[in-house]
Amino acid sequence: MNSIALGQYYPSGSVMHRLDPRMKIILAIVYMVVSFLCNNVFSFVLLFLSAIALVLISRIPLKTVLRSIRAIMFIMIFTAVLNIFWTKGSPEELLISWGIIQIYSSGIYNAAFIAIRIFCMIIGTSIFLTYTTTPIQLTDALEQLLSPLKVLHIPVHEFAMMMTIALRFIPTIVEETEKIMSAQKARGADFTSGSLSKRAKALIPVLIPLFISAFRRAGELATAMTCRCYRGGKGRTKLNVLRFTYRDLIGVLMMAAFISGIVLLNIFAPGYSM
Amino acid sequence: MSYIKIRNLNFSYKDDEGNPESVLRDLSLDIEKGEYVAVLGHNGSGKSTLAKLLNLVIEDYDYFEGSIEIDGMEISSPNMTEDDVYELRKKVGMVFQNPDNQIVATIVEEDVAFGPENLGLPREEIRARVDEALRIVGMTEYSRHEPHRLSGGQKQRIAIAGIIAMRPDCIIFDESTAMLDPMGRREVVNTMEKLNREDGKTIITITHYMDEAVRADRVIVIDDGRIILDGKPSEIFAKADKIRECGLDLPLCSDLLIKLRERGIRLDGEINTPEQCAETIARSLLK
Repeated sequence: MNSIALGQYYPSGSVMHRLDPRMKIILAIVYMVVSFLCNNVFSFVLLFLSAIALVLISRIPLKTVLRSIRAIMFIMIFTAVLNIFWTKGSPEELLISWGIIQIYSSGIYNAAFIAIRIFCMIIGTSIFLTYTTTPIQLTDALEQLLSPLKVLHIPVHEFAMMMTIALRFIPTIVEETEKIMSAQKARGADFTSGSLSKRAKALIPVLIPLFISAFRRAGELATAMTCRCYRGGKGRTKLNVLRFTYRDLIGVLMMAAFISGIVLLNIFAPGYSM
Repeated sequence: MSYIKIRNLNFSYKDDEGNPESVLRDLSLDIEKGEYVAVLGHNGSGKSTLAKLLNLVIEDYDYFEGSIEIDGMEISSPNMTEDDVYELRKKVGMVFQNPDNQIVATIVEEDVAFGPENLGLPREEIRARVDEALRIVGMTEYSRHEPHRLSGGQKQRIAIAGIIAMRPDCIIFDESTAMLDPMGRREVVNTMEKLNREDGKTIITITHYMDEAVRADRVIVIDDGRIILDGKPSEIFAKADKIRECGLDLPLCSDLLIKLRERGIRLDGEINTPEQCAETIARSLLK
């Protein structure tokens, strides 16, 4: 039971883990945008180096990070290969001409650029958001970042509370599922053999008690919350307030330096540009 | 003046056809501040309904007669505002049966803070109350743990801490030990006793474990929506026939002593706890 990890949070206790989650969300978005600003060899090299730097700062083992890349490896290679064949450059860039297949040097550049861009976007968002920030921190941060929407009568607090409760109940419900499955197995249920539709049907006696119990839990939780004076986000205070510290300031400054580096390289660096 | 004053309370639920089904009948009860009361009764006797009425968490008030007053406030009056209900819930906290279904947050101290946060207290005050509540239930070292990794008894103590942090005068335990193993039950009952003896909280515990009822100052037996017995544990458990009539068992010690007396062995003195019981038997043997 205790092996269930929510998200991919990796508690290495690095500086990155201690940054304000609100700022990490913003930095992740900025980082994605910046990866689209890059347009030449030098700025892409800087982008690639920045991704490596993020991994090093957050002290997440390379193996763990590469595992999350593996899932999108196919898309990376697919788009890169498409770019090699699809890009039409000027005649002097033509490298290979083989019937209808023509490969230009600009095509190879573009393929590499796109691969690096996808790679860095994935590394960036997973380092900033999933590896170094717990789901609950993310929920808190989103609640605060989105709080201006309250003016438009969007129930931001209620959504955040729902997220928190969902996260809180995942282990409880998983435990319960295991219990019900063993109870049904003891009564002769078979979840592992037969066709797919047969196995899906075998799950019905698990899902029905699970749903009934989840609704009962929800009712009891609502009563318990009411008893503890819960009446929505109105007038609520918080034990743990998110704080913007000097560490976060350093983070912002580093990001600013990185952006200016990219922009300067885009403008002044020589060589092929997209 | 008594802290909780119930007069001629009649309460019915709607059954499936919408007809009223009587749960509490002509019930009158006074509970003083600082009392430690155990409410006994078999399933369906109406004891949980009584607890829920005291915390205003019953949804349907169609079949309600009589009056309930808590700390001088009439809670059954129809013109109670939402703020009145809120004030009342600050005074009377409630701990439920299943600890899993009471814990809201994914970190122990954040869950304990949930109540004070709802009260809109300043941050420093919340911090102080959370630390104090965790100390009272003896869970300080678990403040940063995830609740789902704790044992049942520990989870229930967290739920109690969540109520203590709101600083109510009275805490109602609605079968809070029913789902726990013997160790967890002991932890929770010890906490109840401590809250009553050291912090002067009014404790109302609804249970069907006799051994827990024995530790209270006063025992109330409810059967079929009526109060059948009300008195000190030693008085109540001496009335073995009546207890059995209500579908309840006697505590082990009382049962043993009654059987010994039936055999003509003379035993005197207060007999509530196993220790007192052993002492009494030892004394009669030495005579």
